[in-house]
Amino acid sequence: MVRIGAFLVGLFFAGWLFVSFLVGAYSYVTEPPAKTVEHEFHLAPKHVSFSFDGPFGKYDQRQLQRGFQVFKEVCSACHSLKFVAFRDLEALGYNEAEVKAIAKQWAIKTPSVDPATGEPATRDPVPADHFPKPFANNVAAAAANNNAIPPDLSLMTKARHHGTAYVYSLLTGFQEQPAELLKKFPDSKTPEGLHYNPYFANLNLAMAPPLSADGQVTYSDGTNPTVDQMAQDVSAFLTWTAEPKLENRRAAGLATIIFLLIATGLAYMSYKNIWADKKKAA
Amino acid sequence: MSFPWAEHYTPKHPLMQWVDEKLPLPRLVYNAIGAGYPVPRNLNYFWNFGVLAGVALVIQIVTGVIMAMHYGANDLVAFSTVEQTMRDVNAGWLMRYAHANGASFFFIVVYLHIFRGLYFGSYKAPREMVWLLGLVIFLLMMATAFMGYVLPWGQMSYWGAKVITGLFGAIPVVGEPIQTWLLGGFAPGNASLNRFFSLHFLLPFVIAGVIILHIWALHIPGSSNPTGVEVQGPQDTVPFHPYYTAKDGFGVGVFLILFTAVLFFAPNYLGHPDNYIEANPLSTPAHIVPEWYFWPFYAILRAFTVDFFFVPAKLLGVLAMFASILLLFFLPWLDTSPVRSGHYRPMFRKFFWILIIDVLVLGYCGGAPAEEPYVMISQLFAGYYFAHFLIILPLIARFEKPLPLPGSITESVLAKYAKADGETAAVPAE
Repeated sequence: MVRIGAFLVGLFFAGWLFVSFLVGAYSYVTEPPAKTVEHEFHLAPKHVSFSFDGPFGKYDQRQLQRGFQVFKEVCSACHSLKFVAFRDLEALGYNEAEVKAIAKQWAIKTPSVDPATGEPATRDPVPADHFPKPFANNVAAAAANNNAIPPDLSLMTKARHHGTAYVYSLLTGFQEQPAELLKKFPDSKTPEGLHYNPYFANLNLAMAPPLSADGQVTYSDGTNPTVDQMAQDVSAFLTWTAEPKLENRRAAGLATIIFLLIATGLAYMSYKNIWADKKKAA
Repeated sequence: MSFPWAEHYTPKHPLMQWVDEKLPLPRLVYNAIGAGYPVPRNLNYFWNFGVLAGVALVIQIVTGVIMAMHYGANDLVAFSTVEQTMRDVNAGWLMRYAHANGASFFFIVVYLHIFRGLYFGSYKAPREMVWLLGLVIFLLMMATAFMGYVLPWGQMSYWGAKVITGLFGAIPVVGEPIQTWLLGGFAPGNASLNRFFSLHFLLPFVIAGVIILHIWALHIPGSSNPTGVEVQGPQDTVPFHPYYTAKDGFGVGVFLILFTAVLFFAPNYLGHPDNYIEANPLSTPAHIVPEWYFWPFYAILRAFTVDFFFVPAKLLGVLAMFASILLLFFLPWLDTSPVRSGHYRPMFRKFFWILIIDVLVLGYCGGAPAEEPYVMISQLFAGYYFAHFLIILPLIARFEKPLPLPGSITESVLAKYAKADGETAAVPAE
């Protein structure tokens, strides 16, 4: 009984899947799916190398500081960094007093309550505070940015495939829409107020090119602030904001694996030793 | 427990004698995983995976309980409490990554454990109950993993919850009320998150309970072995301890090396980037995909694209997806071949490897976007999946001529070592 029932159920599922396949194949042949503009013009992130690449790479503190400067002077006008606190900046090589000064001088103030009246007020951030958000809420953010909400950047490099390279490619990827695209897809002209960028999923984004000219920031360590350099530095900084424990993790991993290799070697020898008398012919 | 020649627990220390009289717990452990459990002497490395699954469960429970201390099961804060755990809790990043990757490794070892059972016919009499309980554990694991993936409240968490509970919505008439009841609302929200957290905490302990039954049922007939020939006498077995505890110790070491390599050096490789975006009910991700261990079943779900008269394709997909797992419960009665091990079943072995490739291809298609050609490939391969278990396997059992079996476990072991030693002498028959 079980096998007859199984045979019928199997025949039904396999048979109907085959029918579905034939239906799908027929429409695939008669009306092949049209290529979309994203299929043809979206680009995978560029190749770019960083000090933290590979299993044992480390952050370059000076690069992180430069990237932080780009974030501070360019990105932070619109983008929040809500999971990062000022105190975390000590990992970039700033000392306690410097972090305190950075927090105090931050252009955006931390929301608070007036202790006398209870009315909403603002105060200078302190190291324990997370980076204050540039907009009070999403409505204000959308209103100020052509109806697009600038995303929080804390986790951006983990929230996209090949995130670090993605951020770098996006920042350096703004360009004129290719003539070939307009020829093939005349309806896909970049709408007014958006900007063409082949590294963005749907090719047009609301953000204007944020790094538009060499020398937009002035690096105190003498590095030449080309657009490419600034994009690399801020991508490195955003990799740190997304994965601040990367160096601890790799160091702990190395120690763990060395320990486990030794322990497993010993376990293997004791296994062989215990079985020695059983693994012989007669 | 299982064989008359099993060693007996004889406590020497007076304290242990005293304990044994009052509560024979040490005796139970001795008989379960100590020298009191005789095990076939010819088990290969595939027999390590049961213990490894147990280790994976313990890792999940320990890291999970610690994570729960820092987690806020509320849709307003869930995402940020997970991030705080990663950033501000001592070794919080380690707990989180160990728990997330631990789930994947739990499934890897359980899939290999099931692979072993399928190839070596471990599901056959007299071990049907072991197989059935194992499938119950597998179903509980899937439910636990699904609910756990919702807890970080990222985009894939939210939309995954929506899609999977939506499956129940495909049931005619009562489907939508059931979906609303499961979610505690019309869409995933705070009520869903809270109940998923509660159940995600509960189910691992239910799994631990069923594992006890699984091992109990195993110990009635004793472990199977690669030849599939039953144990005939003391010469065929070795005590579990120290022989298999030593071998499992080595196996656990290899498992931990692979697990920690991923955990420390590629902790996000098995995850999806979209889950680092906080859940947003107003923005649907481009491709909603579950975690990799559900991909074969997800491919089966999506393979049904044509309505069967009045039965909508979506409902067929849901039925087929559940059927693809439930049919495994009937396996002991579908495969009637008296020979257990795939080693001695030439026809079975060919189809078995086709099945493995089939499931891997389904897995690939399940992770790919729902576009052609992936849907067409899924349709062919999902069809084979059902045909394999429900049609081909019973027929093989009928028409296959198995190879001659060794006379006993010991005979096969000795033949192997004689070959390894380069001896030409015939094997002593004992």
